[in-house]
Amino acid sequence: MTDVVLNAEGLGKHYLLRHRIAGYDTLREKFGENLRRLTMAKRALPGPREAALEEFWALRDVSLQIRQGEVVGLIGRNGAGKSTLLKIISRITEPTEGRLRMRGRAASLLEVGTGFHPELTGRENIFLNGAILGMPKTEIRAKFDQIVAFAEVAQFLDTPVKRYSSGMYVRLAFSIAAHLEPDILIVDEVLAVGDAPFQKKCLERMSEVAAMGRTILFVSHNLGLVRSMCRRGILLEHGRIVCDDFVEVTVARYLEGLEAMASSNLLERTQRRGTGSVRLCRIDIRDANHVITSSIAAGQALQFVFYATRRLPALTCSFTIYDSVGQAITCFDSALQCEPDPANGADVPPFVCELGELFLTPGRYRINAALYCRDELLDHVESAAILDVDPGVSGTRPVMATPGYGSVFMPHRWIGPC
Amino acid sequence: MIQWMPTTPAAAVAHPAPGHPPQERIIEAGRRDSLYLLELWHYRELFYFLAWRDILVRYKQTAAGIAWVLIKAMVTLLVLTLVFGRVARLPSDGVPYSLLVFAAMLPWQFFAGALTDCSNSLVGNSDLISKIYFPRLIVPGSAMIVSLVDLAISCVVLALLLAWHGFAPDWRILALPLLVVLAAALTFGAGLWFAALTAEYRDFRFIAGFVVQLGLYISPVGFSSSVVPANWRLLYSLNPLVGVIDGFRWAILRGTPDFYWPGLAMSIAIACLLLASGLWYFRRTERRFADVI
Repeated sequence: MTDVVLNAEGLGKHYLLRHRIAGYDTLREKFGENLRRLTMAKRALPGPREAALEEFWALRDVSLQIRQGEVVGLIGRNGAGKSTLLKIISRITEPTEGRLRMRGRAASLLEVGTGFHPELTGRENIFLNGAILGMPKTEIRAKFDQIVAFAEVAQFLDTPVKRYSSGMYVRLAFSIAAHLEPDILIVDEVLAVGDAPFQKKCLERMSEVAAMGRTILFVSHNLGLVRSMCRRGILLEHGRIVCDDFVEVTVARYLEGLEAMASSNLLERTQRRGTGSVRLCRIDIRDANHVITSSIAAGQALQFVFYATRRLPALTCSFTIYDSVGQAITCFDSALQCEPDPANGADVPPFVCELGELFLTPGRYRINAALYCRDELLDHVESAAILDVDPGVSGTRPVMATPGYGSVFMPHRWIGPC
Repeated sequence: MIQWMPTTPAAAVAHPAPGHPPQERIIEAGRRDSLYLLELWHYRELFYFLAWRDILVRYKQTAAGIAWVLIKAMVTLLVLTLVFGRVARLPSDGVPYSLLVFAAMLPWQFFAGALTDCSNSLVGNSDLISKIYFPRLIVPGSAMIVSLVDLAISCVVLALLLAWHGFAPDWRILALPLLVVLAAALTFGAGLWFAALTAEYRDFRFIAGFVVQLGLYISPVGFSSSVVPANWRLLYSLNPLVGVIDGFRWAILRGTPDFYWPGLAMSIAIACLLLASGLWYFRRTERRFADVI
């Protein structure tokens, strides 16, 4: 087909991980390693260094075709290989194996402000950043007014950007990128910035770019956004494509995977963020009679119980409930309500969050949970628990599933016409 | 496999981006880009802008601004002239000692500045390197430009100094541009090695600093290379800066008594070798920069 703009055949990227403490590669280490190899080779013993080397395929056997004008969502957990794939496509790094054929120019929407120089003024940065993103000077000139208007920074054009508010900074950076017109636009998790109206503007701009027949590769953890922007979704897991289908199918597949994970022991999870000094080890859902369960009828009372490995002063717990399509529904934070409890001894009491009545419609929900200590993230586990909500009754009103029409219900009454 | 249809009817009409014929590019492991020079040409604007940025940023929020180039040059000149000319009373080959020193400081300061900037250029721009593609040669290249601008400003100072001493150079001054090219080739070659090595091993950042620090003493900046015994001259010329500095003095100071041509030849040979090998090593490791930086 002639309108295939991107054709990957068996792409793979291989890294050698060296487990060590220091971040820098230094010559001393390199020499030491070579020396050890030389001496060890005779005795055929692996040196401690070689034992610490680990092969890691960030990407393996990835084959895909993307056609002109497609808007493709790439989803997957952290470390699944999304960024590596995008890096190969944007030529930042080269694949270890396989081949990629590409037609036209690819440009990526960078993390906000990459290449911005704080000492330069807004005007100077527009030109510099434009050049960095691959826009010819004539094109930047032609679009200069549009960029300024989009970013709403006209007053501050001759102020160094280091004096900008973070909102202005983000708007200017995005605005330059938004006026790029490459054949393939790569958007990697950059829309998570700015205030809501600005985000809306960004999305509109992306839709415009898509409507112009340009190809967009979109990476985001916001599944709602992926579903609304893209028609096709690709799911990566451990560096391989596991699903390449309509975005709804792919998102559903991804969520299934997350749910499967939720049933495993929390401490065994490796996909977590935070310092790790305290970890979540168990999450229970208890019904009105304090019996542990996995499903609750809508409208019933329940408790979420979070067990941490240890107790710290000022330790707080927060969690968010997501619906079956990955949209956040509501969140809870122990820091907002009570004074942090004082530390007490070896006994580790759990965090208990009690809900008098569950206002969720029937369906499956996922819970991401986190532990904080004074704004420092200690532990964050995605899909830490699954909550199944069964049909139930709220007051005298039955609560049924309302797929596609939201997942929250509110106690209410109708004042009839009669 | 599902056949993917364009998302909107509008998308069915192919819009090639303006000015970019949809040429196909193949990316695979170990593939040499045969069109590297063409790529460099395509990215020439980025080259200008990076150089422009570095020049612009350099003296932002300083009161003296570009005058710092002059201040630095004058103070160094004063110190070197006093130490070597007045205190050590080294021979000046029949020209004012300050001129002898300043003619050598032109290439020396250019070398020191450009080598330091080149070495740090990749690491300093690591956010760009790990986020976007461009021919990496642009980064150390644009770092050179800043030092060339400084050199141009220093040349103005030289003109003033010559006028003050009432010293007029002769036809030999016409060779100066060629000598600048030689100095630039030498520095760029060394700079490429240091830049590429620093990207992977941060040791070289310190080694570059060390080279610059020691270089001032082992190169004939504060003294004339005629103080080196004749039978050591060739060995001394293994420092490629010796030939360059002697060349600058020869061009600016109406020739030098016993100009040592083998020294210049050695400089040219070493500069060519460094430049060729630097380009080779840089190109060879370039594709790994984003992974290791």
